[in-house]
Amino acid sequence: MADILSAAWLIARKDLSIEFRTRSAFFSAVVFALLGLVIFYYAWDPTAVTATDLAPGVLWVIFTFSGLLGLHRSFGVETADHAIDGLLASPASREAIFLGKAIANLIFVGAVQAIAIPALALFYNLRLGAVAGPLIAIAILAAIGLVAVGTLFSAMAVNTRLAELLLPMLALPFFVPIVIAAAQATAKLLSGRPVIEVGAWLKLLLAFDIVFVAACTLAYPFTVED
Amino acid sequence: MPSAISTGASAPPIVEVAELAREFGSRRAVAGVTFSLAPGKCLALFGPNGAGKTTLLRVLAGLLKPTSGSARVAGIPLPGGPLARSRIGLISHHTMLYEALSPRENVSFTAQLYGIRDSRARVEDSLRRMSMLERADTPIRSLSRGMQQRVSIARAMVHSPQLVLADEPYSGLDESGARALTALLGELRSAGTAIIVVTHNLAEGLSLATHAAVMQRGKFLRYDSADRIDAGSYAATYREALAANG
Repeated sequence: MADILSAAWLIARKDLSIEFRTRSAFFSAVVFALLGLVIFYYAWDPTAVTATDLAPGVLWVIFTFSGLLGLHRSFGVETADHAIDGLLASPASREAIFLGKAIANLIFVGAVQAIAIPALALFYNLRLGAVAGPLIAIAILAAIGLVAVGTLFSAMAVNTRLAELLLPMLALPFFVPIVIAAAQATAKLLSGRPVIEVGAWLKLLLAFDIVFVAACTLAYPFTVED
Repeated sequence: MPSAISTGASAPPIVEVAELAREFGSRRAVAGVTFSLAPGKCLALFGPNGAGKTTLLRVLAGLLKPTSGSARVAGIPLPGGPLARSRIGLISHHTMLYEALSPRENVSFTAQLYGIRDSRARVEDSLRRMSMLERADTPIRSLSRGMQQRVSIARAMVHSPQLVLADEPYSGLDESGARALTALLGELRSAGTAIIVVTHNLAEGLSLATHAAVMQRGKFLRYDSADRIDAGSYAATYREALAANG
């Protein structure tokens, strides 16, 4: 297990170094998230819908789609000059490769969230100070599930001609239960309900995470065994 | 063809392949290949495009599963997991490098992936052998194709593999790069590394080889050991295979 985690971290560090150098996917995702916020903001009628009712939906729509940009890049960097062959021919286990990619994606999505959540609070005049802890917990738990599913489908879609179309088509149906749970939990938090009421959604998110991370880690080797 | 071909009898073979076949749907890319290769020996594999050479190498590298038959690397049956893969160095006409990273970072990443402790000296040595130390911190995307291929070779050698699988390794190399590669493969052979090299260049292949084979339609059309390799007749067989391939 230590070998798997050590190789996974090595792969994640390599992916993050590449993203840090190019910054292409990160900037795209951040710009997409901010533009999404702006569009929703100007389409919003504050007299018809309150900010606390609208913000959770906006937040999770933005995360879902901006996250897809990073997920697509995840295995995209491996296709140039068949770098994936070098990884697969190395002693790193398939599970370590998957987890490494997923860790890098999680940090990527986390970085986008770190910019998008304060921006959301700014646009919709939300006071997040009191609910910051539970909101961060929701964001992390939801990101883990989204990243697990998205990383697996990124690996499956990357070698197809329509990878950019196929990834959202495959991943979005599996994102739905996670996004519903995350949006419901966020809505309860922002509307000032007691944190205890969010507990059930957090447990559901945790259950999704355990299932998706385990299932996707076990399924990944089958996507690369030819 | 004999049912079993051995390339060196004294030491236990690094590679043992028996009736290995690999199919893609109804197409047999490799159709029952049998051979073994001892430490320090080099098998040069010739054949027209689509003969199954690359598929054979990919099976031995653990990138493809055999459909039938068996293959062992250092006694470990394939696909043998991390232990078998750690014994193999793979060179391809694809560089398998990350273009945003530098040669040093690419080779260092591979060294760490192979669990080499204190990898810095090994990385420097690998890059030095391929004359890439001066450009070690330049991003791969800024290097010429030949230089990228040199880095790719340094990457494949950094963990001192017992078996080197080289698929058209001279592709993109200039004369000096080709000389450096030939010298490196010679050094590896002397140190006991077994090598399988796929090339379309008979002269290059035969200069390295202790054994040679011509592949056609997934099978060994001809196989000879070093003392029986005759460049002229090999060239004729190779031309026949190319002609038969259309």
